Amino acid sequence: MAELTLRDAISLGLREAMDNDPRVIIMGEDVGAYNGAYVVTKGFLEEYGESRIIDTPISEAGFVGAGIGAAMAGLKPVVEIMTINFSLMASDQIINNAAKIHYMSGGQYSAPIIIRTVTGGGAGLAATHSQSFEGFYATIPGLKVLTPAFPDDALGLLRTAFKDNNPILYCEHALLYNVRGEIPDDSSFEVPFGKAKTRRNGSDITLVGYGRSVHTALLAAEKLQERNVDAEVIDLRTLRPLDIQTLIESTQKTHRCVVIEETWATGGFGSYVAYEIQKNAFDDLDGPVLHIGGLDVPAPYARNLEIMTIPNEQWILDAVEKEFGL
Amino acid sequence: MQVLEKTEIQPSELLNLYRDMKIIRLFEEKCSQLYMQGKIRGFLHLYIGEEAIAVGLASALNEDDHIITHYRDHGHALARGLEPRAIMAELCGKATGTSFGRGGSMHIFDASKNFAGGHAIVGGHLPLAAGLALAAKQLNEDRIVVCFFGDGALNQGEFHETMNLASVWKLPVLFFLENNFYGMGSHIDRTFAGGSKVHTIADRYKIPNSRIDGMDVLAVREASIDAIAKIRKTSKPYLLEAVTYRFQGHSMADPVTYRDRDEVDKWRPRDPIALLKEMLLEAGHASEKLIGRLDEEANLTVEDATQFAESSPDPDPNDLTKNIYA
Ligand SMILES: Cc1ncc(C[n+]2csc(CCOP(=O)(O)OP(=O)(O)O)c2C)c(N)n1
Ligand SMILES: [Mg+2]
Repeated sequence: MAELTLRDAISLGLREAMDNDPRVIIMGEDVGAYNGAYVVTKGFLEEYGESRIIDTPISEAGFVGAGIGAAMAGLKPVVEIMTINFSLMASDQIINNAAKIHYMSGGQYSAPIIIRTVTGGGAGLAATHSQSFEGFYATIPGLKVLTPAFPDDALGLLRTAFKDNNPILYCEHALLYNVRGEIPDDSSFEVPFGKAKTRRNGSDITLVGYGRSVHTALLAAEKLQERNVDAEVIDLRTLRPLDIQTLIESTQKTHRCVVIEETWATGGFGSYVAYEIQKNAFDDLDGPVLHIGGLDVPAPYARNLEIMTIPNEQWILDAVEKEFGL
Repeated sequence: MQVLEKTEIQPSELLNLYRDMKIIRLFEEKCSQLYMQGKIRGFLHLYIGEEAIAVGLASALNEDDHIITHYRDHGHALARGLEPRAIMAELCGKATGTSFGRGGSMHIFDASKNFAGGHAIVGGHLPLAAGLALAAKQLNEDRIVVCFFGDGALNQGEFHETMNLASVWKLPVLFFLENNFYGMGSHIDRTFAGGSKVHTIADRYKIPNSRIDGMDVLAVREASIDAIAKIRKTSKPYLLEAVTYRFQGHSMADPVTYRDRDEVDKWRPRDPIALLKEMLLEAGHASEKLIGRLDEEANLTVEDATQFAESSPDPDPNDLTKNIYA
């Protein structure tokens, strides 16, 4: 077992793929000479050269589309969109091309592209640079959406992604890059898509999250323990495909469930997850399935305001107390 | 690899060009009828008047080269040699269609012919063209990419992003602009600030370019041969502007209120099929009788395709969700 940061786990996965498969290229804004805006591709340009580590102009629609076209014609491109906020310029390419080409061509063409992007708020970047659109992309058939919260999942999911023939959105939360964790030495270690992971076992309540909200849930679980409430914490890991079964089974055991996410609560992906749980575990529930999302406000800049908009462990504790008396 | 020389074209080849244009004309007229009968649904955009472009270009292209195009795509597909039966079946939403009834008129694909679609988001397929070319370059394949688009796409960011990418990355793409002066009902003079020499927009991107008479199939063929030879030799992009006119409305839903009859009448004598016929007769390459035989051949091809499409089964409902993922 080696301990790595989430950033280094991603770098490792990318290096392995670059070493193993000449069809893999990495392209995006500043992935080369600059070493990546979040320093994930540090040293890649020197090691692999300009033909495979391609710095692009600031043309998200152009280079994401080019990545999709290259994938249709035999390459395995990893395209980095600096942050998910800028994916909006490429959303036509992601939604209308990548997600559709296989179905619309009757299975003749496919687009095995991995789009890496950085998501999440909380870094004082204000309204245009603090958004979390992974849940929105997860509503689109044809895409797969991955949200690793720990280094082992970051590597394991990436390994699986390189073997998959579909367009994949791989979402890295900006505040999780320095999270450390154990990585299995076994080079065959992979994480399957559509399989949630129980990060903490408990019997009184189920807390469900993805990306950074898993960490928030784990903090809440520690605090709940002080109140003698034993919380189970489940990390979705992939939003599409989505593992509902694990959530149902956990909720049938604990009889209570809270779904937590950072994007705006209104229409959030978590509200759909909550719906599935209440529908399938209704008879076992001791109360409504709760959904905690971000405040419906453009992300403010000032620190004191910003912290009011993103769910933290206290939000979870308050909701659990109010709704379940725990 | 077959390198076409712009030498004297054989009379037999001229007759093929005539027949191929005629097939497209009759195919489109048949589509119009089937649409009125409710057998073709959705949007239907006819290529009547523009046949010389697809046929001239296709006669200059190798089998390994990619073609990618916009939604007015029947002509390109037929000229590329896709099965008329499968195209017509696709339009009729049948299981035997090119995409097994998943794409319809605007989304014709045939991977076996390197025909990478029919794309219905104006400008959206241009980045894909860059990607197809990037893959060919990266994989050391001797292929170029032809990307058709309309004058409407000139005003999309994706057009400019792709021109820039193709130039900066030296990609073997033939940008083939079909300038029929209208994007739906909007005349190019009211929408495009780049002046009447539209093709020179490529100058700014250091992409060589020229304009041709899109009603003259031989001019299209010669210019295509030249441009493609340049692209193969330099592995750099080229932009061709073919000036053309669509004789019908934008789609079947278009009552054509935005242009007067005089304008259409002015273009009538430029009908590309009539022009070639006249030339064949005058040069003594064909008799009226031979032309009549070619017309009949074209008619039989279209009748056969229609019969095939109409007698084909609907797609199996059990396959509805097939091919969402590869
Ligand atoms: C992004 C986008 N906006 C609007 C439309 C609706 N639309 C379909 S075709 C068209 C006109 C395009 O004209 P042009 O590119 O010149 O092609 P032509 O129809 O003349 O062949 C428009 C506005 C669309 N399909 N995609
Ligand atoms: Mg037009």
